[in-house]
Amino acid sequence: MAQHQVNYASSAGLPIALTSVDKLVNWGRSNSLWPLTYGLACCAIEMMASGASRYDFDRMGTIFRASPRQADVMILAGTLSKKHSEFARRLYDQMTEPKWVISMGSCANTGGMFNTYATVQGVDRIIPVDIYLPGCAPRPETLQYALMMLQKKIRRESANMNNNTKSNLRLV
Amino acid sequence: MRKYTPKDNVQGKAYYTDRFWVAPRVPRLDVEAESHFADVVKALGRKAKESYVEIGQLVVHIKATENFNVLKILKESCGYTQCSEQSAVDYLAKDGEFELFYQLLNISEAKRVRVVCRIKEGEAIESVQPLFKSANFAEREMFDMFGIKVNNHPFLKRILMPDDWEGHPLLKTYPMIGDEFASWYEVDKIFGKEYRDVIGPENRDPARIDRYDTKRFSRVGYEVPFGADISEGEIENPIEYSETVLVDYTKNSSKQLDERR
Ligand code: SF4
Repeated sequence: MAQHQVNYASSAGLPIALTSVDKLVNWGRSNSLWPLTYGLACCAIEMMASGASRYDFDRMGTIFRASPRQADVMILAGTLSKKHSEFARRLYDQMTEPKWVISMGSCANTGGMFNTYATVQGVDRIIPVDIYLPGCAPRPETLQYALMMLQKKIRRESANMNNNTKSNLRLV
Repeated sequence: MRKYTPKDNVQGKAYYTDRFWVAPRVPRLDVEAESHFADVVKALGRKAKESYVEIGQLVVHIKATENFNVLKILKESCGYTQCSEQSAVDYLAKDGEFELFYQLLNISEAKRVRVVCRIKEGEAIESVQPLFKSANFAEREMFDMFGIKVNNHPFLKRILMPDDWEGHPLLKTYPMIGDEFASWYEVDKIFGKEYRDVIGPENRDPARIDRYDTKRFSRVGYEVPFGADISEGEIENPIEYSETVLVDYTKNSSKQLDERR
């Protein structure tokens, strides 16, 4: 977002700030990312810690919501078992567009140490993922960093989600 | 020089095995006369085929058909009021049998008894759920994990795996990373079988490197732009090793020993 301070002396005293629709919309989207309260395994403990007072997600405009209808980020925090994968996908489908996904921890990224019959080997097999967050478990700082990277990513998106190609979403 | 053997699958087999290694066994003691366990064995009478004490626990082998009666005696006349665990062990490859065990606890005496019985594959066992409520879930888990049917169980249904799962995961013949059905389970369930091609097989190799994937892997030795297609016309960059430091195992000049001297 461009100008936060409006110079009332210029522009004939009118409070005018120039921007583009994309920037305005993305400013709103990126600064109030509401994740779904959805923990799968031990990583969820770190996610809870990120939301609690010590690390304080609220100051980034990130407030956990208990309903997928109100959420726009899904943090897949933990081991996704095959039995549960159906429900994870259903929750993702219930979220309204635009929506983003953070895959938190080795288990969500690749199955991690659970190279077994019962674990989904990477949640990107069933849900498109925006940010992969390594670690077992990632510390709350890491999750905050992932969220900041997601904000950065959203700010370079087009407000019209249909225009978003792979190239303009790339993080550098 | 000793003969060179490839080391590329050292994790698949034991690196070193001692021919004289004997796995340690927990000592099996006889049931002491006049003890609490002696009373238990007496109460069971001829139902106890074999009984001994292991790590302070009485182990009783019984006939599988008598499991309900034995547990009833233990509960009603010996004070074993809790069934803390019930499950099975797969000995199908060794003996063609499952070993079922019931782990019982007597709170007033602070004693434990393990009741053990064996059944063949395909045989069913009588439910002990009327005696111990905890056996309800334990027997469902045993059915889920081993496929052992339990007669007169109130609700014999899978407890951990999904209802439409195929196979019983704790059988020794079930592969650790799952069979064909397991590996496509989530894809088949969510998207349908026709999406298998789109999503592709699971990556079970945690150290997999895709040589031509320039988005997720970097090159060693030379830079490639992000996302560039390098599947054709890639520069050959063979890895070179110092010839002075490493031993050349392919050279036949040295004498090779095939056996230990
Ligand atoms: S990545 Fe580690 S901490 Fe996170 S869910 Fe898996 S095992 Fe637990």
